[in-house]
Order: sequence, then structure tokens, then C-alpha cells
Amino acid sequence: MREMVTMVVVLTVLSALSGGLLSGLRNATASKIEVQQLKFVKGPAIKEILKGASNDPIADRFALKDGEMERKFFVGKFDGKVNTVVLESSGKGYGGDVGLMVAVNMENDQIVGVGVTTHSETPGLGATAKDDPGFVSQFKGKPINETYKVTNDGGKINAMSGATITSRAVCSAASNAGMIYKKLKPQLEEKLKEFK
Amino acid sequence: MAKTLTQEFTKGLWEEIAPFRLVLGLCPVLGVTTTVENGIGMGLATTFVLVFSNILVASLRNIIPAKVRIACFIIIIATFVVVTELLMQAFTYPLFLKLGVFIPLIVVNCIVLGRAEAFAYKNNITLSIADGLGIGIGFTLSLAALGALRELFGANNLTIWTTPTSVFGVQQVFGANFEPFTFMVQAPGAFVCLGLMLCVMNLMGSK
Repeated sequence: MREMVTMVVVLTVLSALSGGLLSGLRNATASKIEVQQLKFVKGPAIKEILKGASNDPIADRFALKDGEMERKFFVGKFDGKVNTVVLESSGKGYGGDVGLMVAVNMENDQIVGVGVTTHSETPGLGATAKDDPGFVSQFKGKPINETYKVTNDGGKINAMSGATITSRAVCSAASNAGMIYKKLKPQLEEKLKEFK
Repeated sequence: MAKTLTQEFTKGLWEEIAPFRLVLGLCPVLGVTTTVENGIGMGLATTFVLVFSNILVASLRNIIPAKVRIACFIIIIATFVVVTELLMQAFTYPLFLKLGVFIPLIVVNCIVLGRAEAFAYKNNITLSIADGLGIGIGFTLSLAALGALRELFGANNLTIWTTPTSVFGVQQVFGANFEPFTFMVQAPGAFVCLGLMLCVMNLMGSK
């Protein structure tokens, strides 16, 4: 009986201490982690696809509720007009989800540019999606409300050699972004007015 | 006969070097060693968890009841793994991106639990720190060696450490005309390299 009590007490105390320590540390590092993500992954991708924007898209961001989820959007200003919005989306790649940033011009519903952010693709093959401007630039100027496919599947996007699955993931992420955009467009237009 | 502090430390570097002598903890060994940098990063993260879990297990060894010791070890180890993960995300984010899924997997790395069970639970704190450091550094060296082999032939580079502004290491070791064996940085290449290294280690040990 005595042994039972010790076991329960030791396990409970240990779990409680561990839980307390971790939640404390999590709160302490949360803001720092968000800054790091923006700086290393999302920031560079957004800056690249919104090249020439006169504002700081990282600072001008807002969130919208999409059903249960909260989505983040970034705003781009070109020629004095706030007309571009960046949305996040993802597709299933070879080693996990491939995150994609898609910038859309709200005036003509065209893609301004796309950039790959978080991914776990094979180095040297799928991972080149992030660094190869030739592949992602294929989306530039295309309408957002379209379903994208690689040429193998009867679409218009040329896949990267040796990385068809990653190319498919980027295409499905881009198509996905189109759906999010369609669904939230009225709210997005509302929000963009605040940045003028 | 009790071994000295130095012996406990150095045994992890050669005699009981975890991936090659004990063939333990192979998941990260095969998974992350696409570059030297990843190997070192993963090794250091594991060393951190190993040393601190050893300290805590050794200091609580008289309080932890024998019947629930494994559960207690796992709580301690899991806590330090999450601490490592959060700290890496906050301070070395680029490295965290590369190691990704392998950091949470340190929890189930049998080296860490193995040292807690086989060593720290039976020895005092000082010896446990020496043991944790030794095994951890040995693990780091093994990962770095395997990473070096794979990166050298698979990508023609040797990166020791990358900061956002600069890269420490040698690019294009064999010159620009060398066509890298992409095979080496993929999963099968890891098995082949590990097999070759085990073979060399056994040849050296079998005299």
C-alpha cells in the first residue's frame, strides 16, 4: 500500500513539474518563435514575391476567420495602391506538407507570384522548388481561380525534373489558394480598405 | 571495480560509441545526416537532452520507485526534448527547419533512455554527467562523420555551420565539374554509408 502511494505521488509531482515548466517556457518563447518564422521562412518568401512593393508586407498583416481556422494575410502596396494580398496555403509533397505563399492582385484576380516556404522535400530534388525561380515563375500572371496541374497530368505547369510529386504539391497548393481566395474575397476587400 | 571519471567520459567516444559499436539510435543517424551541419546540430541537441536527463535521473534515483522508473524517465526525457525544441525554434530557427521532425523523435531515441536506465539510475550525478557528455559527444562525432561522407559525395560540399549571413565550410570540394551522386543524400545512400562505416570500424577493432 505504501509503495502504491509513493508511486502515484512521485509520478504526479513529476508530471506536474514538467507541465508547469513547459507551459512557462512556451509562453516565454512564443513571440520569439513567431518572429523567427516570419524572418526565416515567410518573410523572405513574401519579400521575393512582392518585389517592388512600397510598404512592408510583414508589418501590414491581418488575420481572418475561415470557419474554425484563422488564416493570416499579408498586404502589398504597388504604385500607391493597396491591391495585392498574400495568402498561405499548402499541398501534400513527397516528405510532408509543402507550404506556399501566393500573392494575388485583387483588381484583376491574377497571381503576382508564388513562393515555397516550409517543406520537408528531398535536398537536391524537391527542395529546389524553394530556390528555383524558373519553376515558381510559371504561376506569374496566371488567373487565381484556376485548377493547376503539371503537364504530365494534363495541365500547363512544367514539373521540375526529378520532383514531380513536389511540383504537384505546389500546383495543388496554388489551386487551394484560389479556393480560399474565392471564399474570402468580400472580407479581404473590406480589410484592404483599412490599409489605405 | 568502479571506473574513474575520465574512463566514463572516454568510453562513449570510442569503446561504446553509440551508433557504430552498439548500433543504437539509428533513426536520426540515417535520417538527418545529409550534411555535416545537420549531423552536428542533431548530435548537440541529443547531447543536451542526454546530459540533463542523466543529471535529473541520477539526482532523483533514490526517490523514483523501481516499478515506475521507466515512466519517470520518459517524463524527464520528454520534458527536456520539448525544452530543446522550443529553444531551437526561438534561437536557431534555420537549423530547426532542417532537423524538423527528428527533434521530437529524440524522446524515443534508445540511447537516451538506455543511459538513464543502465547508467544514471545506478550512479551518482558527477559520473552520470561524464557518461552523458561522453556518449553524447560520441554520437555527435558519428553523425558528423557520416554527414561528412554523404555530403562530400552527394552534394560536393562540406558545410560546418551556416549563419544567416555566411557559411563556414568548403563548397565544391572536388571542383565545379564534379557531378554529385544524389543517391548519397537520399535514404538508401544513408544505409550504404552506414554499412561501410560499420565495416571499417569492425575491421579496425578486429586485429
